[in-house]
Amino acid sequence: MDLNLTPEEFAFRDEVRTFLRASIPPAIKRKVDLGLKLVKDDYVVWQRILHERGWIAPGWPKEYGGPGWSPVQRYLFEEELAAASSPRLITFGLKMLGPVLIEFGTEAQKQRFLPRILASEDWWCQGFSEPGAGSDLASLTTRADRDGDHYVVNGQKTWTTLAQYADWMFALVRTSNEGRKQQGISFLLIDMKTPGVTVRPIKTLDGGQEINDVFLENVKVPAENLVGRENDGWTVAKFLLGHERFGIAGVARSKKQMDRLRDIAARETKRGRPLIEDARFRERMAEIEIELTALEMTELRLLSDEAAGRKPGPEASILKLKGTQVQQGITELLLEAVGNRAHVFDPGILEDDWPGAANDGPAIPEYAATVASHYFNWRKASIYGGSNEIQRGIIAKAILGL
Amino acid sequence: MNFTFSDEQILIRDMAERFFRDDYGLEARRRHQALPGGFCRDTWARFADMGWLALGIPEDLGGVGGGAVETAILLEAMGGGLAVEPFLSTVVLGGTLISEGASTEVRADLLPGLAAGDLLLSFAYSEAQSRHDLNDVRTTARADGGGFVLDGVKTVALHAGTADRIAVTARTSGAERDAGGITVFLVDAGAPGVTVTDYPTVDGLRAGDVTLDGVRVGKDAVLGEVDGGLDLAERAVDRAAALAAAEAAGIMAALTRGTVDYLKQRRQFGRPLGDFQALQHRAAEMYVETELTRSLAYMAAVRQDGGDPATARRAASQAKAKAGQAGRLIGQEAVQLHGGMGVTDEMPVGHYFKRLTMIDHSFGDRSYHLERLTDMA
Ligand SMILES: Cc1cc2nc3c(=O)[nH]c(=O)nc-3n(C[C@H](O)[C@H](O)[C@H](O)COP(=O)(O)OP(=O)(O)OC[C@H]3O[C@@H](n4cnc5c(N)ncnc54)[C@H](O)[C@@H]3O)c2cc1C
Repeated sequence: MDLNLTPEEFAFRDEVRTFLRASIPPAIKRKVDLGLKLVKDDYVVWQRILHERGWIAPGWPKEYGGPGWSPVQRYLFEEELAAASSPRLITFGLKMLGPVLIEFGTEAQKQRFLPRILASEDWWCQGFSEPGAGSDLASLTTRADRDGDHYVVNGQKTWTTLAQYADWMFALVRTSNEGRKQQGISFLLIDMKTPGVTVRPIKTLDGGQEINDVFLENVKVPAENLVGRENDGWTVAKFLLGHERFGIAGVARSKKQMDRLRDIAARETKRGRPLIEDARFRERMAEIEIELTALEMTELRLLSDEAAGRKPGPEASILKLKGTQVQQGITELLLEAVGNRAHVFDPGILEDDWPGAANDGPAIPEYAATVASHYFNWRKASIYGGSNEIQRGIIAKAILGL
Repeated sequence: MNFTFSDEQILIRDMAERFFRDDYGLEARRRHQALPGGFCRDTWARFADMGWLALGIPEDLGGVGGGAVETAILLEAMGGGLAVEPFLSTVVLGGTLISEGASTEVRADLLPGLAAGDLLLSFAYSEAQSRHDLNDVRTTARADGGGFVLDGVKTVALHAGTADRIAVTARTSGAERDAGGITVFLVDAGAPGVTVTDYPTVDGLRAGDVTLDGVRVGKDAVLGEVDGGLDLAERAVDRAAALAAAEAAGIMAALTRGTVDYLKQRRQFGRPLGDFQALQHRAAEMYVETELTRSLAYMAAVRQDGGDPATARRAASQAKAKAGQAGRLIGQEAVQLHGGMGVTDEMPVGHYFKRLTMIDHSFGDRSYHLERLTDMA
């Protein structure tokens, strides 16, 4: 056991750090630092910068365009990305569909889609959930009927993140009603420009617009867009949801948010002193810090096991469960830190380009403007991607044998 | 000892619950928020007609009497109804300051209008640096001739933008955080030198920052004692804290009920979510925490009327701290158990969650009240 980086790892970290800090466009950095709304262009511009450097897909094998990094290097990269105020990389293509196509895709599918994912030329969205199929995903009812050389898709997807930006959707659809409900599901790639696809925004509780309903009405999908075998989509979906452990706990981002918390607590005052000097508040920060460190060390232990050749198991549920609890705990402390400034709502923060707290606007500092919205919005983290209840269920069944 | 409601109190409760069930609701709330000032004047007039704005005001001044318990019962219903009207700022904060601090003439001059719905009030006690401490006052009031000249900036005053009169704390003597030397003034919102920057709050209400730039007031603008205003200010804010705990209890009850209904109706894995014991236990916890908060809110309301000031203060802090802790738990659980539906703007749950969260950050948050209780011990 050794917690120190080797000289080569240090050198790698410095190289990454120097590049990222020099390359991140200041306007994007500002948005990330202040928790402001990012638009499609912000993501695309930044992802292309990383792509040019060859670093956009650390998890992909080298022959498909990955950088061929060790787990430690990937871990350091995540850390530096967050520290440099990088937007979250949009995972749908890079961490979900890409690895799926590499594992299950035909040669033609790989050639057609993988380079466009790397170059951020296609924006993908994930069409799994339906109004009647959330935690019980396998009960989905969107139908795909085979008609000659294509499928005809009918149904509704919901909660589809950033579908308003998407060129393509990878979707789970029902191709058979026979056998167990998991058995009749297929994995299809749907061009969002196809007639019959309608995207309707769903407003979130903080007033934001990031999720959507997607209606599919007689949508013609070429049969060549089937990934894996017909009726074997559940295997593909399980691979997609289970193979990626990197970043799922959000440790690097939580560390960055702790920095933000310390920064805000240094600027806020309590009884004439900076809040950060208040023993009660420091204790609360220390508590979260302990959880975060425990999470990070757990993640590193799991990654070491994997590097030593152990197959990834259901332990990823620990990372998702605890990771979201830590993230949400930090949003609570941020909210407390800004005191009654948390009340002030500047609708400008929902716009694409917030000029900052204007003189004639509410007299609140920029750093406080998104804190309450972020707290409200981030409740989603324990709901999507397998809710915390579902994660506990997995731990109870698959690990503890209950 | 008796915790049962009187017939009159039951009447208030039933009438309020009926009103918010039949004549309010999320759609009405959205409409009210979009109106100038962020609430509905007609609804305010109906509050007056129903006698709600006259609660706590003596009958000879146009009031209907009654005390904090009656107001708590009403606020519980308002919590369930998600009302956006300026009740806490006008009736509870403003009403208390005038009832307890104003001269007989000023009371006779203002309280009938308050009860009739013609007078809106706000209490601007917080400042950029003050966090939750009422004694942290930089705004100054310099004696000048027979009156005073006020200078300073007050922040996040609930419903300041629509208030006709704004009560402010200002320093007439002493250093920034001294307990002594603070005076409460009632300022005309239209007086020269008063500027209010009005904005929406994250929970759908309105608040404002109040800038006082050489504002001249007469001696009759003083509420309570010159230099001794902190006590009055604290009594008003403690009363608001106790009653906000009642509003919170109303929200918690609505969230618990709504979540239980949802668990019964939403089906996954071939059965209602309510069949899963893991979720049954979570709902049971929400229910228990709601009842505990309700109990403390009633206790704190009773304690605000007369009796020992230290007991009143302790009760307000206990109820408010409990409302903060239970509110966080219940708000988060309600959203979580609604799944994706919980984070939408369309469903009431998110709006309840936001209001409940912001109640914790009004009139002293949970940390503030815990610390205050520790210091009292
Ligand atoms: C912001 C956001 C973005 C999303 N983005 C996408 C996306 O891009 N693509 C996509 O396909 N989906 C997306 N989702 C959907 C997400 O995956 C689902 O919300 C999630 O699977 C939960 O399903 P549900 O909302 O139907 O809740 P339900 O399944 O109805 O669950 C309601 C509650 O019951 C609990 N519960 C359910 N079953 C059990 C059980 N057996 N035992 C104990 N508790 C249980 C849940 O944990 C939850 O608390 C997104 C969701 C959100 C909130």
